[in-house]
Amino acid sequence: MVPISNLLILAAILFAIGVIGVLIRRNAIVIFMSIELMLNSVNLTLVVLAKQLQSLDGQIFMLFVMTVAAAEVAVGLALIISAYRLRATVHVDEINLLRG
Amino acid sequence: MMVTVLLYLFGILAILSALGMIFHKNPVYSALFLIVTFISLASIYALLGAQFLSIIQVMVYAGAIMVLFMFVIMLLNLRSEIRLPIGRPAQVFFGILFGILLLLESFLVLKSGTLSGAIGNFPQSRIDSIGSVQAIGNLLFTKYLFPFELASILLLVGMIGAIVLGRKKLPKES
Repeated sequence: MVPISNLLILAAILFAIGVIGVLIRRNAIVIFMSIELMLNSVNLTLVVLAKQLQSLDGQIFMLFVMTVAAAEVAVGLALIISAYRLRATVHVDEINLLRG
Repeated sequence: MMVTVLLYLFGILAILSALGMIFHKNPVYSALFLIVTFISLASIYALLGAQFLSIIQVMVYAGAIMVLFMFVIMLLNLRSEIRLPIGRPAQVFFGILFGILLLLESFLVLKSGTLSGAIGNFPQSRIDSIGSVQAIGNLLFTKYLFPFELASILLLVGMIGAIVLGRKKLPKES
């Protein structure tokens, strides 16, 4: 069995990759996918710690995180579609109505 | 032994495909790479003894959510945008720099912290004997009933929000 710290390191690496994706990409859809990746790395942490502490609470919280992610994807993709209808682009550089 | 090898294998696969996801120009390929990451995470859950979550991961994430992503990518015609580089050079440089800094920070936290907490009463043998689904379902409908109901309201609100945001504005009849 792999030591628990290695699995936590895997989750940390995936989270950092998600952060890098949010920072460097300009396509709103890919930014959104990076956020999904970060949520997934947190899920991995929850499951690993649930196993380590011999408790099921972590697994149940992962189900709730998944619910939030599903609702967020539905609303977020609808937002992206309506932004695309208005501006004909999903590039976050060009969606700058709030710029002062 | 076998479990260890498989865990490392799926972990490396998850990291590589996550890197492919953020560095590939074409969003369609990014979505496919993300599916690979999700499926390797599902395999890791199965190897850790959380069979129910593994199935749910494949069904909800790799199935439903990624189908939604693919649908939106195909709906929006992004042909002209994939010729551009993924970001400005300075943006890419500082993004990777800050990501690595965050990674080092979490390594420091992992190194200095010790895992402490009350040991629960669900060792793996007990979960295996009553079944993963039944164990989770029992807790979900007793101890976590209120959050469970709140989650259903959250999904309803998400659905209504998606419909309201996504519909076309019809011209007013006059």
